[in-house]
Amino acid sequence: MENKRTPVIQLKGITKRFGTKVLANDNITMDILDGEVLALLGENGSGKTTLLNMLSGIYYPDSGEIYVKGRRVSIKSPHDAFLLGIGMIHQHFKLVNVFTATENIVLGLKEKGGLDLKAAANRIREICDEYGFDVNPNQKVYDMTVSQKQTLEIVKALYRGADILILDEPTAVLTPQETEKLFSVIRNMQAAGKTIIIITHKLQEVLAISDRVAILRKGEYIATVKTSEATVSSLTEMMVGKSVGLNIERPEVKERSLRLKVSGLSCRNADNIEVLKDVSFEAYSGEILGVAGISGCGQKEMLEAIAGLQKLEPGAEITYTHPSGETETLIGKSPKQIRKMGVSLSFVPEDRLGMGLVGGMGMVDNMLLKDYNRGPSPLTDKKPSKELAERIHDELGVVTPSLSTPVRMLSGGNVQKVLVGRELASAPTVLMTAYAVRGLDINTSYVIYDLLNEQKQKGVAVIFVGEELDVLLALSDRILVLCGGRISGILDARTATKEQVGYLMTNIPEAEEGGNADDSQK
Amino acid sequence: MTVRNNGRDPFVHLTKRAPVSALAGLLIRAGAFVFAVLLCAIVVWIMIGVDPITFLKTMFTGSFGIQKLENAKNFTSFWRIFTSSYFWTTFKTGCKLLLLAVALAPAFKMKFWNIGAEGQFLAGAISATYIMFNYPGLNPVVLLILMLTVSLIAGAIWGIVPALFKAKWGTNETLFTLMMNYIAIKIVDFFFNKWRGTKSALGIINIDSEAGWLRSLWKGSESAWFRNEDLIFMVTVLIIAVLMYYYLRLTKHGYEIAVVGDSQNTARYAGISVRKVIIRTMALSGALCGLCGFLCVSSQGHTVNSNLAGGYGFTAIIVAWLSRFNTFTMVGVSLLIVALENGSALMSNTYSDLGFSVAFGKIIVGVMLLFVIGCEFFINYKVVFRARKTQKEAVEA
Amino acid sequence: MILYWIQKAIAFAAFIALAAMGELLTEKSGGLNLGTPGTMCVGAAAGFIAAFRYCSAVAEPSVIMVLLVTLLAAFAASALMGLIYSFFTVTMRVNQNVVGLVLTIFGCGLAEFLSIFFIKSETGNVRCDFANTVFTARIPFLSEKLGVVSDLLFSYGFMLYFTIALAIVLTVVFNKTRVGLNLRAVGESPSTADAAGINVTLYKYVAACVGSGITGLAGVYCVMEFKSGAWATADLVTIQAFGWLSVALVIFSFWKPLNLLWGSLIFGIFYWAYLYLPQLLNVKLSTDLTQMLPYIITIVVLIIVSFRKKKENLGPASLGVTYFREER
Repeated sequence: MENKRTPVIQLKGITKRFGTKVLANDNITMDILDGEVLALLGENGSGKTTLLNMLSGIYYPDSGEIYVKGRRVSIKSPHDAFLLGIGMIHQHFKLVNVFTATENIVLGLKEKGGLDLKAAANRIREICDEYGFDVNPNQKVYDMTVSQKQTLEIVKALYRGADILILDEPTAVLTPQETEKLFSVIRNMQAAGKTIIIITHKLQEVLAISDRVAILRKGEYIATVKTSEATVSSLTEMMVGKSVGLNIERPEVKERSLRLKVSGLSCRNADNIEVLKDVSFEAYSGEILGVAGISGCGQKEMLEAIAGLQKLEPGAEITYTHPSGETETLIGKSPKQIRKMGVSLSFVPEDRLGMGLVGGMGMVDNMLLKDYNRGPSPLTDKKPSKELAERIHDELGVVTPSLSTPVRMLSGGNVQKVLVGRELASAPTVLMTAYAVRGLDINTSYVIYDLLNEQKQKGVAVIFVGEELDVLLALSDRILVLCGGRISGILDARTATKEQVGYLMTNIPEAEEGGNADDSQK
Repeated sequence: MTVRNNGRDPFVHLTKRAPVSALAGLLIRAGAFVFAVLLCAIVVWIMIGVDPITFLKTMFTGSFGIQKLENAKNFTSFWRIFTSSYFWTTFKTGCKLLLLAVALAPAFKMKFWNIGAEGQFLAGAISATYIMFNYPGLNPVVLLILMLTVSLIAGAIWGIVPALFKAKWGTNETLFTLMMNYIAIKIVDFFFNKWRGTKSALGIINIDSEAGWLRSLWKGSESAWFRNEDLIFMVTVLIIAVLMYYYLRLTKHGYEIAVVGDSQNTARYAGISVRKVIIRTMALSGALCGLCGFLCVSSQGHTVNSNLAGGYGFTAIIVAWLSRFNTFTMVGVSLLIVALENGSALMSNTYSDLGFSVAFGKIIVGVMLLFVIGCEFFINYKVVFRARKTQKEAVEA
Repeated sequence: MILYWIQKAIAFAAFIALAAMGELLTEKSGGLNLGTPGTMCVGAAAGFIAAFRYCSAVAEPSVIMVLLVTLLAAFAASALMGLIYSFFTVTMRVNQNVVGLVLTIFGCGLAEFLSIFFIKSETGNVRCDFANTVFTARIPFLSEKLGVVSDLLFSYGFMLYFTIALAIVLTVVFNKTRVGLNLRAVGESPSTADAAGINVTLYKYVAACVGSGITGLAGVYCVMEFKSGAWATADLVTIQAFGWLSVALVIFSFWKPLNLLWGSLIFGIFYWAYLYLPQLLNVKLSTDLTQMLPYIITIVVLIIVSFRKKKENLGPASLGVTYFREER
């Protein structure tokens, strides 16, 4: 049957540059077949999203030709893409927050007659019934969960009669259960004759859902293979170009001592919703404490609370134990005060440019961020930061035109190297990282893992918030699982299974309702 | 579905370009300026009938000419002629604009839209005048120090009030500072009307005693060149401009301002108290505007009215923005704007019978600014036109 | 006397509300136009010059023509200001605040220059009485026979009723039509609107031009009725201040056209407080200090608005942000 399929989209020699240096897509020629599920696989920065953005009219190719259903087309805007039946679900949802689901769906449509939201809502219900979606037409987008927003995006594309759907990393923000639901919807849509393209870098998902896999590497098209003939290692090899050991080291550290004791941590967000409920745990020197959980389950708040950036509900305790044995409480202290107490706490936040670094400044000035205030002089002392910047640049291989180039202009991996490099340079006793490898290619990820292990061996208490369970299980000593702002379990990573962690991410065991689960350590 | 898509590239599309060199940037901006002036020259030629050469000559004389002003006929020494020339006036007024722009620089670098320079200026001016009007008998030095202090405080208060609310509740600072302008105007009006009594205007204050005038510091050496108040004013402003340059670039405060301006989250992460920085920076910004008010009262007109800032509080915002917070660039931009205004003033003196008015100065400044800010576009983006030959043999449906 | 106060307040409120409605329309598309004061001045000057020139050129000016000429000139001239604004902010992607402030400087200069050039009277103070009578003409029956109701509700020129009608029309357009939905989407999230196939650039241009045009109408309305058809270049400073007030009023209204009506009425009452409050309370108040009231009230409202954090009341999410599709 697959042989009978005809190409619905043909790309010929597509090239796209950003500025003069970045070549995002280099002369890409490939076909997408009618009615297939095609996975577009590649590392971060390999040009997957850029390529498909040219199909959806966000970017315009510098050169090359696009054929849709056999006709040469020029897709100048999302509207052109829509006329060609191409609908793209972006990673950042294109939804208006203050609008209802229905308003978002009919937005921009040029239907005849006046605006009839009721009729539109009825049609939305029909589509939902047909494919098994769950959308409330009158719900406002700002009240929706991530998964609901994604569903709404897909319904929107279908409502507009799209028969080619492009999904940009759809599972990045979903729970395993939600992912499963999404896959079943994709199968329904395929059965209804739609063509679906999924951008992803998760190999398991590629194997689970796609018919064929197209691989990009550093902006170049490598090959398209049938999924049935592919394996994890064959795909990895094509994706990264050389085989990398999939094993992450877990060195043993003999000496462990209590460094951080957290108990009864609760806090509310700006909308007064409790995002962290009675969280208690301990972190030890010489170990990596992995933190698992669906994104937005309180990881961010937990780390920020320890770093002195969160307002907490009364009753919380955060006690830091100096290597010398003295203890100090960190509650109610600002980052500056914590530093003054001699507590060397390093924090690599999730939002690198919005929190960890100053996007408009170069590497040198960014090195200054945490200790610009050093010394009594009213002037800043840039000499040490210049040396540090040079060291990080050389040791971690940061690619930048110059040390004064605003870090905003660097690629994601290099930004992360700058940030991690700075945080490690301050010789921390506690190191917290949030999604340290998000958006990084495999090589850079391994560099980060090695750095973390190195710190662990030096006797640092490392708290590693991650999203890939495989990585968490391989790297951590213990895994703390958060679910809806509570701790649903703390497991020994050496014995825990993926299923166990996955279960705890979505369920809180009855007996451990209080969140005080620390059985694995005892 | 019917698809009408001819497969041709769009006629024009934009891409971000790599940063151009400093020289190229300067040349593009200079080109835009020249173009704007020429455009105005042509418009004047068509509407009023003054040919472009005369226009440009008059504009130049009115802005940078060393010729004597009307009321300077009696002066003989070169210094006297020089200090009453158009050139001198342009520099003097340019420095007023410059000081306001320099005052705004830290606030704008912090991304705090302080459009209340006008009000902060007036707050400084009126409080200085209040002291000068009510305590003329004080020792000149004490009086001036007192005036300076109150004007700094008043300007700072005008800056701090919106900053407090911005820092605590995120109150929109653009409109807050704007409204603060009008409150200052009304306060000035109040004292102006109270002090003038039944006279039509307030007139020069302490004209006989020169109390509260900057030159009263040098009583006795009447004709000495350094007794020139304009000179003191200009030198003060230039010193502040240089200090501000280094304040923003080298000090810890300057660093904090830059971090807060880029991302408040990062600032918090780094342990910077965002509130403190916002309030402190606005206090500085307001105080410097107040200082400008003090200097204008004590060294220039020796009087006050609600139009004393003359809209420069607003123009200074554009100067600060165009200069990208670089106070050295501000010197040039301020001079240029004032030059255009003064040139137009001479034009309107000479050709008022043809319908030329001072207001043309605002127009030409507006056109010039639009061209210069418009050319930023060509510095930041590359316009790609469709290649001439498009493939006509696009596959037919 | 309270009646007179309210009457005057309504007369004042009407053109402030109209100017604010123009600004609101622009803001709905995501454009914060600080050029409103300049635009109002240009509209006032263009409208007055047109009326003045027409009335001096024609022996017996007709009502229809004078209306047509005045309103068209005011609308066209200020829509042109809107065009410049959108060209620079949308096409050239310059910071909106900066372009707005430049346009205010430019517009005030242009208005002054044009009026002097075309009316050729340096001192200003020229009148166009015929246009004034047209603009202040009352509705026959309703404005006379209903006693207090007539005085309170029908003692104004037609522009007041136009303003009210426009507020209703805009409300319907924003909430009940496709165009309104699209426009709001452009202001909330241009990238979403773009992805939905809405021509973001077109919407932003049209909103800014029509919005500026409406603001310009408010300018000429102010001259013809509030200033009794008299033109003085010195008045441009007052009009400029009104322009800033109307920008503030938009926030006051939570971006809803109907709220502009009562919001501006409150402004009007405080604006005239210096005239009536001292008499009413039988105290002596400084005129200058009482005139501060509307500005203080605006500040108070700004502060109150910043306390409330309801999403719908915060105004278009992309307000003041320049949109570039290929931004990464």
